[in-house]
Amino acid sequence: MKGKDIIFRLAVRSIRLHFLRSTLAVLGIVIGVVAIATMGMMGANMTLSVTEQLSEMGNILVVKESGGGGGGGMPGPGGGGGSGSDEDYIPEDQFRDIERIASKYGTVYALYSESDTIEVGDETRRASIYGLDESVIPDILTLTDGAYPKSTSSVIIGPSLAERLDLTLGSKIDIGDSDEGPTTTVRVVGIIEERGMSMDLNTDSAIIGSEKLFTGIYGGEGEYGQVNIVLDDINDAETVSTEITDQLNKKEEQVTVQDSSRMLESITETLGTMTTFVMAIAGISLLVAAVSIFNVMMMSVTERIREIGILRSIGTQKNEVRKMFIYESAILGGLGAVIGAVASLTIGWVVVLAMVGSTEYFLAPASVMYVPFAMAIGFVTCVLSGVYPAWSASNLDPIEALRAE
Amino acid sequence: MSGEVKGMNDQPLIELRDVTKVYPLKSGDVVALDKVSLSIQGGDFVAIMGPSGSGKSTLLNQLGCLDRPTSGDLLIAGRNTREMDDHELTGLRLNTIGYIFQKFNLIPLLSAYENVEYPYLMKHRKEDDTGHISSLLAMMGIDRSLAAHKPPELSGGQQQRVAIARALVNDPQILLCDEPTGNLDSVTGGQIMEMIDTLNKQGRTVLMVTHDPTIAECAKRTIVIRDGRIT
Repeated sequence: MKGKDIIFRLAVRSIRLHFLRSTLAVLGIVIGVVAIATMGMMGANMTLSVTEQLSEMGNILVVKESGGGGGGGMPGPGGGGGSGSDEDYIPEDQFRDIERIASKYGTVYALYSESDTIEVGDETRRASIYGLDESVIPDILTLTDGAYPKSTSSVIIGPSLAERLDLTLGSKIDIGDSDEGPTTTVRVVGIIEERGMSMDLNTDSAIIGSEKLFTGIYGGEGEYGQVNIVLDDINDAETVSTEITDQLNKKEEQVTVQDSSRMLESITETLGTMTTFVMAIAGISLLVAAVSIFNVMMMSVTERIREIGILRSIGTQKNEVRKMFIYESAILGGLGAVIGAVASLTIGWVVVLAMVGSTEYFLAPASVMYVPFAMAIGFVTCVLSGVYPAWSASNLDPIEALRAE
Repeated sequence: MSGEVKGMNDQPLIELRDVTKVYPLKSGDVVALDKVSLSIQGGDFVAIMGPSGSGKSTLLNQLGCLDRPTSGDLLIAGRNTREMDDHELTGLRLNTIGYIFQKFNLIPLLSAYENVEYPYLMKHRKEDDTGHISSLLAMMGIDRSLAAHKPPELSGGQQQRVAIARALVNDPQILLCDEPTGNLDSVTGGQIMEMIDTLNKQGRTVLMVTHDPTIAECAKRTIVIRDGRIT
């Protein structure tokens, strides 16, 4: 409509007339859009990255004693080990049952775990200590250096622990607190390859030894913290899980079977909450921008009171006057949203690379969707900021407006 | 278009019946118009004179439908403006009334051509493909190159010519002129008055507020207003 065109033309010319002021207002929107989009993309990239990592563990099932470990989460030492509590363990006969059911689907192994003080020279720390069947260790852990433990005095350690305590092959570790009683000295014979976060074992900062070594220190033979099943085929997860629970929980619930989906759900939920919180903080910058736009629009109305009076006196309807100011705020919002979107893709890429360490998922729909999302919020905020000034402009008394200098 | 009226020969084009306008102020009410009654036939040329603060501009604002009377009725072509809402009154200003101001009141963001084009677009909702605006500007002595200039780049006389072209672009029946020569030198003022006189001779009803008795002589009749009353 040509009538609307000239109203739009007036809005554009008003913006151009106050170029610096308009630019600063647009800058505010750009910052708000960038903040929201970048924070959103960062959260999405974190979630996608963790999801990918956990999906790689989709072939692992963890069986725990029902009362002690249900509800997902990372496996932690001390929660059900032989020397831990009285009840939170899988007894030997249950392990054998699990092994009977699941061994045809993959590798089944039981695990002792504990968290204890260790001493290396003068340094004292706490570390996770795992006890595993010696024959199983080579099947589930890869070494970067050294050999697998063959005796009750040899252990392999995670790379993070080795780095922190400057441990190498042949280094000696005293397990236990020498102030509280006798310690057990073990020798490092191998360094495990970095595995990162895992469902079954978190070995990067742990000491792994034989079952005999573990029960020799903590006792509790045949009282396993958990039983891990590494499936040959990920599609068997449901079948194995059902078979175990059906057979072992016939009379009463004795065990729970966890797969990565529960953990994934829990982590995704946590990351989602964090992302929303950070985006809300980023949204404050957009609120500041909205105040700036409101201020610019009110100034525009004040400066153009006489012009509004002229327009009204020569037959411009109130809604046309409103449109002129809404167009003005929409143009500012549109420009801010578009420039903000381009800047978001650049700044977001850098932030994601710095914070997540990878931009593998940067262009994934779940990540880039935050750009149009932030654009929409920026644009709508801007237009809403122009509503009151537009309304006040259209309701000016034409005679009073014409008198304005 | 809402607010458009058709002239009727058997009744006045404009009629004021006991129109009163009161401005409520903290210091007390100010009566700007006091039961003013007036009839103006189509094609008339009326000069409204009176001292400052007498109510001339208030009367013109009433006639221009920029304001509403506190009491009394204003009828334009038989239609009572009291019964019209803001939308209809605005339509009346767009279609039936042309306003020529002392301070020209052109829109500084638009070129001279666009200033004239503005009410045309508001009424017709399409661009002028008949050359009506250009010929109107040419008639006012504004050529194509001058028409491309913004108002601050034009002289006072040129601005007033553009303002007259704007007032005429929708072919209004009524022309309201508020001191149209007040900001112009005598030669330019004379030229503008000739134009207004010609427009009246072409059939338009002209109501003009002026202080200048020589300017008022152009009118067919003069009414004098004092303390809000026609004397």
